[in-house]
Order: sequence, then C-alpha cells, then structure tokens
Amino acid sequence: MKRRVVITGLGCVTPVGVGWKSYWDALLSGKNGIGFISQFDASEFPVRIAGEVDNSTFVDLIEKKDSRRMSRFTQFAIISSKMAINDSKLDLEKIDAEKFGVIVGSGVGGMDTLEEQHRILLERGPKRVSPNFIPMMISNIAAGQISMMLNAKGPNFTTVTACASSTNALGEAFRTVVRGDADIVVTGGCEAAITPLSIAGFASMKALSTRNDDPEHASRPFDKDRDGFVMGEGGAMLIFEELEHALARGANIYAEMVGFGAASDAYHITAPHPEGKGARKAMELAIKDAGITPEDVNYINAHGTSTYYNDMLETLAINDLFQDHAKKLSVSSTKSMTGHLLGAAGAAEAIASILAVRDNKVPPTMNCFQPDEKCNLDYVPLKYKEVTVNYALSNSLGFGGHNATIAFGKYKN
Amino acid sequence: MYFEKITEIIRDQLGLEDAKIERETSLMKDLEVDSLDAVEVIMKIEDEFDIEIPDEDINAFKNLGDIADYVKNKKEG
Repeated sequence: MKRRVVITGLGCVTPVGVGWKSYWDALLSGKNGIGFISQFDASEFPVRIAGEVDNSTFVDLIEKKDSRRMSRFTQFAIISSKMAINDSKLDLEKIDAEKFGVIVGSGVGGMDTLEEQHRILLERGPKRVSPNFIPMMISNIAAGQISMMLNAKGPNFTTVTACASSTNALGEAFRTVVRGDADIVVTGGCEAAITPLSIAGFASMKALSTRNDDPEHASRPFDKDRDGFVMGEGGAMLIFEELEHALARGANIYAEMVGFGAASDAYHITAPHPEGKGARKAMELAIKDAGITPEDVNYINAHGTSTYYNDMLETLAINDLFQDHAKKLSVSSTKSMTGHLLGAAGAAEAIASILAVRDNKVPPTMNCFQPDEKCNLDYVPLKYKEVTVNYALSNSLGFGGHNATIAFGKYKN
Repeated sequence: MYFEKITEIIRDQLGLEDAKIERETSLMKDLEVDSLDAVEVIMKIEDEFDIEIPDEDINAFKNLGDIADYVKNKKEG
C-alpha cells in the first residue's frame, strides 16, 4: 500500500506575521505587509518598496551565538523550523534520526552576505574576506543548519528553482516520505533578497512594481492596473510525516499532501510560455498524482505575482485545464499581502492552502479591485470567503520555466 | 592591555559573553572555536592592531597569552 503523507507541524516568519496563527489571521483579515524598504537606503532606486519582516518580530527568537554565522535567509529557516517542530510536538529523542530528513528551497541564498563580502573584497582586498563567507552564503546551508539543530540524519538537500524553489522542495519531501527514504521531513523555504543588488537587478528586469507612492496597493494580482511584483522575504517550514508514524504518536494532523506535479516550459529564461503550457501540465500532473479529477479541486493558491504575464497566463492555464469547472474555483494570491517571498513563497503559500483545507476558508486577493479582462476567474477579491475546500492546489512558477504544483486534501481515515 | 583587547574581540566576535577567558585559554580546545572562526578572530586582531600575522606564526600559538605576547612584541618590538 502506498505510504501517505500528512502535515503535522507548521512554522513561519513572514512580512504579515510570525508563527502560523498570526500569519493565517493576517491573511484572512487582508493585512498589508508591504512598505518602504528599511534594510538599505533605497532612495535612489527605481523601486523603494518591499514586504520586509520586521526585525523586532524575530531577532529574539534566535540566540546571537547561533545567528552570527547565519545569513538572514538561514535565520528565517532556523526560526521557522523550530516553530514547526514545536508545533508538531515531535520528541526528537524518540524518533529515528536516519529517517528524519530536511528538504528546503531557496532561490538566491545569502545575497546579503555576498554583497557585504564583495564590498570588503573591493575596499580592503582578498585577505579580508571572511572565512565564514562561503558557508554563510551557499543556498543549501539553511538545510544543513536545520539538520544540525535537529540532529536530522536522513536525506538533506536544497532545491533551487527561483520562485518555485520551495514548492519543488515540498514535492521532493512528499516523494521522499512516500518512497520510504524518510518518515519525517522538515520541508519549506527561506529567502532574504531585499538587498541593493537584488532589488536593482529585479528592477532592471522591469519585474517589480514601481508604485512607490502607494506601497499598500502595489501588489495587486489579476487587477487591471497591476505593474509588477513586490519583493518579500521570510521563511516557512512544514513537518511532513508518514501517516502511520503520525497516528502512532497521536499527532495533530492539519491536512494530507496528496499530489505533486512538475513541468518545464523549455521556452524562455524569464517569460512564461505564451499558452501557459508548463503551468497547466504541472497542475494536471499534481491532480493525476493525487488520484482525483479537476472537478474535485475547490481552491487554488495561485502563483499570482501581480506581473502582467504571470497573472494572464496562469489564468489561461487554469481555464485550459479546468474548462467549465474553472469558474467554480476559488483562486487567490496571498502575494497581494505578503509580497513575493521568492524561494520561500511556495512553502508560505502551502501553509495557507493547508489551512484553507482545514478551515474551509479561502484567503482573499487584496487590491484586486477591477480584474483585467483577460483574468476571468473568481479571485476572492478583497475579502476572505467561507467555502468547502476538499482539495487545494498551490502553484509556483519560477524564472527558468520551472512550474510546480502541490495538492492538499482533508485528512480522512 | 593587549590581552584585554583580544578578549573583547573574542567575546564580541563569537558571541561568548559569559565564557571564562584567561591567558591559558586555548581558542580551539577550550572555547571550541572551529578553524573558520579562528581565522576570523585572527583577522579581527590584525585589523585592531594594524599588524599582519603570517600563517606559520599562527600555528605556534598555544593559548591567548601567546597571541597577546606576540601582538605586544610586534607593536613594541
């Protein structure tokens, strides 16, 4: 019999809330997480807004002796993992460490550390570059640090697929537990890319919203006046556990992960496929993997970045796959509140999808005042909705043409 | 004074506010500092006192007292 995977712990650090309860309350109430950039002087930048995690909300959650050799993205990962493990009530002394994995996505790793050390290299020469630079910067160090904190000796790796990184991570974690390579996996994503170089780079791509005078309304997925995504940051971790393992210890089960699909556009470095083929295929595969039909799906947490092409083509892909059922779906983008957490987005949005399944509540798409004429779905504009959610999908579409979809369902015996 | 300053650098750099640090203390054996942090500490000491400490000299340090004496010798001849 196929091994089943349930979610037994959640933890997150986001621009709208720290800890899953505060995050979920924020999403349902339409809280705005976007403001002016404070982490560096952005006054000369074309983009001066982002969804930052307020330092006062998380610095006390990690000890200085632990954090000093961790880049910001790793700190987000460590705090989120600790929360998720506490939430799961797992007794780390009693579990099989070799069947305990860590699979975490990050798009760019320690960008802040890289920029700081590069500055030192240019100003003071190669001999002043920190010996801790490389192990702080590499994207996979977050997964490594989590394993050291938790003594997790099972499969441990990092997925890097830009904005789809942590959806790929959750997908691989799911497969790892189904295969039997692990009974428990800490999985999720982390990102801290609100840095001068990163903001400048994304701004040059014209990918970011320049609504600098009105940050609260800058991230407006599917709205006709959207003008790009808003950079966010944070971390989100989930505990994936094999069902029998969870039942044996009487764990609280939020939902079941039922399917994963991944497909590539093989088309362009940044532009999505003009017919949304890859996104459609990822959703189709996730549904097939779950053993359900498109009509069983009630909610899609969209990638919904608030860029012109993403929102239009993701909508096209949904219409193409779901046909008549598309109009009955609730489709929302929580990036309207958090901004785009890049490599952490998929994991943060998985938490939203799981809680939607658990609570039968769908978070809204804020700032979707007047949908684009090519965006014709129910985006749950401005206010959350109570609706039965038996199955939810969460989409992530990354630069490079990476499309990944994960599917969650209510846990039923 | 060299030893005090070095102690301060170590506490600050490694986040070891409460650790017992004496002239006989070994960075790697007593404070469990790994090689990466040891290099970082030496870099900070070089910066603080505006000196250069060649690798072959570093290998001869047994404890913090040795480092303080070395720095004193470099600065005062």
